Amino acid sequence: MAVQDVSAADARGAAVLAARGLTRSYRMGEVEVHALRGVDLDLFDGEFVVILGPSGSGKSTLLNLLGGLDIPSAGTLAYRGKTMDWSDAALTAYRRDQVGFVFQFYNLIPSLTARENVLLVTEISKSPMPAELALELVGLGDRLDHFPSQMSGGEQQRVAIARAIAKRPDLLLCDEPTGALDIKTGRVVLEVLDRIHRELRTTTAIITHNSAIAAMADRVLTIGDGLVVHVDHNARRVGAAELAW
Amino acid sequence: MVSALDRKLLRDLRHLKGQLLAIVLLVTCGVTTFVGSMTMWRSIMRSQQDYYERYRFADVFASLRRAPETVARRLAAIPGVAEVQTRVVADAALEMPGFPEPVTARFVSIPCCGPPALNRFHIRAGRTIAPGADSEVVVSEGFATAHRLRTGDRVTAVIQGRKQSFSVVGIGLSPEFVYEIRPGDLMPDDKHFGILWTSRRQLEAAGDMEGAFNDVAARLEPGASEPEVLVAFDRELGRYGGLGAFLRKDQVSNRFLSDEIRQLKANAVVVPSIFLGVAAFLLNVIFTRLVSTQREQIATLKALGYSNLATGFHYAKLVALVAMLGTALGVLGGIWMSHAMTGIYAQYYRLPQYFVELPWRETVIACALSTTAAALGVFGAMRKVVRLPPAQAMRPEPPASFHPSWLERLGVDRVASAAGRMILRNVGRRPVRFALSSLGIGFAIAILVVGWFFFDALDFIVDYQFRNVQRDDAMVTFNVPLSRDAVGELRRTRGVLRAEPFRAVPVKLRSRHVTYRTALLGVDPSGELRRIIDYDTGPAQVPPEGVLLTSKLAEILRVHPGDTVTAEALEGRRPVREVLVSGTVAELMGVSAYMSLPAIHRLMDEGPSASGAFVSIDPDLERPVYARLMSMPAVSGVTLRTAALASFTGTSAEYMLFFASILVGFAWVIAAGIVYNSARVSLAERERELATMRVIGMTWIEVWLILIGELALQVLAAIPVGCLVGWGFAHLAASSVESDLYRIPVVILPSTYATSVAVVVAAAIAVGIVIRRRLRHLDMVAVLKSKE
Ligand SMILES: Nc1ncnc2c1ncn2[C@@H]1O[C@H](COP(=O)(O)OP(=O)(O)O)[C@@H](O)[C@H]1O
Ligand SMILES: [Mg+2]
Repeated sequence: MAVQDVSAADARGAAVLAARGLTRSYRMGEVEVHALRGVDLDLFDGEFVVILGPSGSGKSTLLNLLGGLDIPSAGTLAYRGKTMDWSDAALTAYRRDQVGFVFQFYNLIPSLTARENVLLVTEISKSPMPAELALELVGLGDRLDHFPSQMSGGEQQRVAIARAIAKRPDLLLCDEPTGALDIKTGRVVLEVLDRIHRELRTTTAIITHNSAIAAMADRVLTIGDGLVVHVDHNARRVGAAELAW
Repeated sequence: MVSALDRKLLRDLRHLKGQLLAIVLLVTCGVTTFVGSMTMWRSIMRSQQDYYERYRFADVFASLRRAPETVARRLAAIPGVAEVQTRVVADAALEMPGFPEPVTARFVSIPCCGPPALNRFHIRAGRTIAPGADSEVVVSEGFATAHRLRTGDRVTAVIQGRKQSFSVVGIGLSPEFVYEIRPGDLMPDDKHFGILWTSRRQLEAAGDMEGAFNDVAARLEPGASEPEVLVAFDRELGRYGGLGAFLRKDQVSNRFLSDEIRQLKANAVVVPSIFLGVAAFLLNVIFTRLVSTQREQIATLKALGYSNLATGFHYAKLVALVAMLGTALGVLGGIWMSHAMTGIYAQYYRLPQYFVELPWRETVIACALSTTAAALGVFGAMRKVVRLPPAQAMRPEPPASFHPSWLERLGVDRVASAAGRMILRNVGRRPVRFALSSLGIGFAIAILVVGWFFFDALDFIVDYQFRNVQRDDAMVTFNVPLSRDAVGELRRTRGVLRAEPFRAVPVKLRSRHVTYRTALLGVDPSGELRRIIDYDTGPAQVPPEGVLLTSKLAEILRVHPGDTVTAEALEGRRPVREVLVSGTVAELMGVSAYMSLPAIHRLMDEGPSASGAFVSIDPDLERPVYARLMSMPAVSGVTLRTAALASFTGTSAEYMLFFASILVGFAWVIAAGIVYNSARVSLAERERELATMRVIGMTWIEVWLILIGELALQVLAAIPVGCLVGWGFAHLAASSVESDLYRIPVVILPSTYATSVAVVVAAAIAVGIVIRRRLRHLDMVAVLKSKE
């Protein structure tokens, strides 16, 4: 019993990203694992969405598909009205020009410093902000020349966020940005995301299994067993600092 | 402004410098042998061509007993003949002050005025003989060098029993005697044999040759029919005791040189191809693994919006840098190697100059080859990554199979400890990678085996040829075939222990379309000083009837035992007979045809006679025996076994051992390089696993043992493979060196296998120690904190 949340579309204008019937299954030897079983979803301009769900429910699978990192077994995805054709060229262009992605495990290039990791992206995007500014925004203005191995997990996560926002993406997708962090550091990271959302008005989707974070969102999608099982609209968004953790 | 991606490249370069250096050296080794021997081959070939052309090397040659000069005009009139040069040639004994061993020389006449029309010589020092000067000589360079002769020195010769003194006016070279070899010998022997050019008048007077000649060379017009010219020559010269005209390709010096060039080419192709091929293979294996360790980084780059092309280009730069650096060093090494080899060559192939050209073409080929090999490795590994959507590629590569590996199914793990089980499981899960790494190490062993095999083979040849086949101390040749009394006289000389007659008849052997000029050697079936030994099956007997051919000659003539060949004698009554091939014998040096003495006398329709004798000499009485031999008018030449041996080890062997030493040196580099890379990549791939083991309380030695255990298994598996492949390579190398002059038997001593294996094991141990250092400094925390 999938919950559909596409009825309100007209009220909020055209969706930035519209997914219909997204399905993804993996073959593991003889068994077929259905990670996503037909998800319909819209992300609207300037929206802050939190995707909640227990571990293994298919959150990452969904976000990877939304970010153009993976190809669905079935279903469609439309970015600003244009249906994705899943060709390698189209996906590459989409990732490079529209999406800022924050990976659950940061995925920094170990041989590059914080600044260089950000430069890696800004050098190939159309209207980036200076790498230093991006790092400034995540509170790492003084760690520009540190290598990933010289930084804590939280700091690495913030570099990953800086790398994602530096291109001024149309969409910011974050996979468990606080998953590996303690409360204090997690809060710092969330504040950064909150501030960036306010300042840049970037459409943002965050995955978490921590329901406390849901209060930050305009809208909360709950995923269970490969389907959207629940949608909540928050009347009032709470700042990261005020979250009851 | 350096892009971030290029900065990653630079940092990767620095981080991987040890591994990359090993790869660079690998490429260097492959390219050095390839470029070195190719350059060498081309240099000698060009030098030869240039020499022949500029010094008018003749196309046709013929020796005869004596013909009046008027015959020359008839020869010149033969259709296809452009130019004829007659000469007088005489063999003589030389008396070299302070040198007691027998020395013989071949005197070659030069026209009174002006340079010869054909076979001109090149004056290295001094001048040519003055017109009208009778007692002046130009001495060949090899002989002059061996005896430190300089212009102004004097030499004394005994020509046809008459003693004469000459003054040396020049040192010379001739395209006819690039390889200064005594007729019938296999190796030049500069101490005991030389070429002397002197005036025609002098030689005519000394040899009773006034107005006559006994040797002739001719140049042909383009498009002349060579067989017809030869037939015409033999027709004209037959009645003057002609020994059969022959073409340039059968001229002794040219044949040796051309054979050598052919061999060099085979050598330049076969062995370096093995090398370059091995290097390319290793490059491929190493880069495949190197790129695999960067799987996640590649996926991340893709996820960030880098296209496959941009990512591929990033790694292509790495490959290009390594391949080009290796090639550049290899070309330098190759130039050095060709210079060094030319130096060795110049000692026995005497050319006025060696052109060493920069090997552009070889460089391009080598560079393309190594780059392609590396690129294939890189792109093979990358394709696996970029084929997947980034989300998939970012996940660590799943184990190849979720089933128990074949090793486990065999129950191997039940007998092993936990650590042993980890090692085995790792091997079993990636059998292809394990096999490839093992094969790489095997190649290192194989190359060592080939390198050392040359040493074994040369030892074998020396032992075979100079201790088992030739047991005489000297071979004495007579001016003309004499009665057996002459041998009896030798036997009675004080100090001569044994003297066994032989009869050598110059012949043309013919079988269908193939003709081969050689000598039939009649030997005493009960003789002991010169034995006929098949290097495979042992001593053979001269048959009472028919001829025993060396396998090589049978191969050239395309005959088998039981067939017949036509033997046309070029001496005496010049009978032409059908002779039964009664057997073949695989010898290592030369191409011979053996008959028993009675059989050859029957063939020649003659009584017991001898062309010379094999003698053994009392070591204490060598000097008087030599003096006595040289004073006999009937003796035209004495070839010492020890001199032949020295000549062999100093010439062909020296070159081959130089080449082999380079192979061996490079094999060390390859062995260390492949083992080191294998270990480093294992370390990189399993950093997390190893760090985890450290974290749960294993000592670093235990962790090291797990890592080293896998390496040890690779080396273990490589040993039989390496020995087998080495044996195969040795066969390939041996067949590429084969020529009329000598064959290389594939003898590989157990000690060669053992040493080759030991070297690789030593390299593995050294690498194990280096890796241990790295492991001790493994930063567990850094490794663990960055990931799930
Ligand atoms: N590459 C993959 N191969 C096989 N199974 C996968 C793969 N990725 C995800 N899964 C499976 O799909 C399901 C959903 O995974 P995921 O989307 O990562 O969950 P979440 O992010 O919500 O924890 C899980 O059961 C997981 O094991
Ligand atoms: Mg997840």
